[in-house]
Amino acid sequence: MRTARRNTVAVDAARQVTLSQLDGSGRGGKWKGKVFSAVLVACIVIAVATLAAVLLHSFVKGFPRIDLNLIRNMPSSLDRTTSGMQSAIFGTIYVMVGVAVTVVPLGVSAAIYLEEFADKNRWYVRFIELNIQNLAAVPSIVFGILGLAFIARGPLSLGFVAYAGSLTLSLLVLPTIILTTREAIRAVPSSIRQASMALGATQWRTIWKQVLPSSVPGIATGTILSLSRAIGETAPLLLVGATVFVTYNPDGFFSGAFTTLPTQIFSWATRPQDEFRILAAAGIIVLMAVLLAMNSFAIWIRNKFTTEW
Amino acid sequence: MSATLMTDRPTESERIDLSASSPRRGEKVIIGWLFLCAAFSVLVTVGIVFALAGPTIEFFRQVSPGQFFSTDDWAPSFTPPEFGVLRIVSGTLNVTFYALLIALPCGLGAAIYLSEYAGPRARKILKPILEVLEGVPTVAYGFFALTFITPLLREYWPTFLPGSLGDPPGVFSAASAGLVMGIMIIPTVASVSQDAMSAVPRGLREAAYGIGSTRMQVATRVVVPAALSGIVASFILGISRAVGETMIVLIAAGATPNLTLLPNESVQTMTAFIGQASTGDIAVGTITYYTVFAVGSLLFVSTLILNTISIALVRRYRETYE
Repeated sequence: MRTARRNTVAVDAARQVTLSQLDGSGRGGKWKGKVFSAVLVACIVIAVATLAAVLLHSFVKGFPRIDLNLIRNMPSSLDRTTSGMQSAIFGTIYVMVGVAVTVVPLGVSAAIYLEEFADKNRWYVRFIELNIQNLAAVPSIVFGILGLAFIARGPLSLGFVAYAGSLTLSLLVLPTIILTTREAIRAVPSSIRQASMALGATQWRTIWKQVLPSSVPGIATGTILSLSRAIGETAPLLLVGATVFVTYNPDGFFSGAFTTLPTQIFSWATRPQDEFRILAAAGIIVLMAVLLAMNSFAIWIRNKFTTEW
Repeated sequence: MSATLMTDRPTESERIDLSASSPRRGEKVIIGWLFLCAAFSVLVTVGIVFALAGPTIEFFRQVSPGQFFSTDDWAPSFTPPEFGVLRIVSGTLNVTFYALLIALPCGLGAAIYLSEYAGPRARKILKPILEVLEGVPTVAYGFFALTFITPLLREYWPTFLPGSLGDPPGVFSAASAGLVMGIMIIPTVASVSQDAMSAVPRGLREAAYGIGSTRMQVATRVVVPAALSGIVASFILGISRAVGETMIVLIAAGATPNLTLLPNESVQTMTAFIGQASTGDIAVGTITYYTVFAVGSLLFVSTLILNTISIALVRRYRETYE
């Protein structure tokens, strides 16, 4: 049945191509093919050119405000030309530390279970896998609603504090970290596991002493990439109270209002005055620089530590 | 039992008991913990459903579904409030339409290029660039739309177009948000489509080349039809991402609930409504609070349907070729 379907595609194509060769309509193929490949290249060029434009535009616009005031001062609506974003930088650091502490143990454990222990024929395992796939595509603002109803208020009632933001973003990136960790674990060849078990190690001992150490570079890379996704998220944080105007650093994880880089950029971008837009652009430069650093670090880890089996 | 899991399983009669002589309770606890972590993701979904359901039911106790789905005035925080969700649904459809106009053809084109035309070197350069494009924070895209694309559109709007289509857009417009959102979605469409195309067996291509077809014929008449379910999956995933995107529309499309499909008007989408209504601290128990959840439910259900279709389609091509 499956091969039959595959063959139909090939046979149809073959018939069409042969017919077009016979009646001569395939003759213009060279010219048509060139146009076609030019169109394809144009598709890629549009994407790449826009990326360049996004980066260049914020760089040119925000460059005049890349100065020490940006780090030294708090956001201010009065002194537009010297206003900084210290509270946003600290807020982002707090939120991201919270995300890392929460999501890494949770995501890595889930990935180990699904990759090493789960019996894929069981209905609940398949249900969990389907659920993770679905969760990965839920719009980020829906996680914000979950955070508002259950984390900031409702059962957990943490209030609008930094860790409420951390927990919301942790749930958001959980599918990503499970996925990347599973890939890293899968890359460890099964001969390693079999050798360990042949020496009498239990399955958990094998995972703890053999599989996990060899997949650390992969897990680290995946973790950094997931965190870099969380650091740029804005929408869910709006709902758990990353209040847009905070002129002091967070008191801690569980008390005091907080703001983050993306939410601060958002509040500046929506103001009509040009000084604020320049500030927003400067904020984007800082954010992109952090993202670039994280991504480079991830690539460096991958290239330096990955074992060739 | 656990020790035999990784090896080739012998038949029942010749299986040797390899389990440890001690019960290894500690390990059972660890495995139980790992299972709980995996099951936690289900709890998140359940949490989302419950978080949305309660307030949504409360909302429909106060506002009839008829008013919600069939009237077309949207002003939930005004007195008297109006709850015709059609206005912000049309806003979402409007922006999504213009985003897809860019994302679907460009994403598919990029996928065909990467899978059928690009050499290994070009692929090595282009794939990371697309990944970076996917990783740009959406707030940066929103800023780009508002301060770069919008002025550009206002300057060069095709004013010769008939009727109100010829009016240049204002500070906020569906076109600006849609355009930038389209660019943002290109990598998603391209990577899922390309995965599907690389799963097409080499033999199909070789057979087509063997009977004298050109590269373009192979791409358009063999590879694309054979990878069709994956390509459709990527399109649906693209739609789902466009419907769920918040920051770009919140910044660049404005906050005017507007029943229109014109690109040069300011519109409010479902996501932008949620973002805008909850940016200020909304009081629990007010009708505005419940409205946020009702709109959130609508958003969650519609993206869930799209995602489920997309996942099922991806499964189908995996089953066919792997």
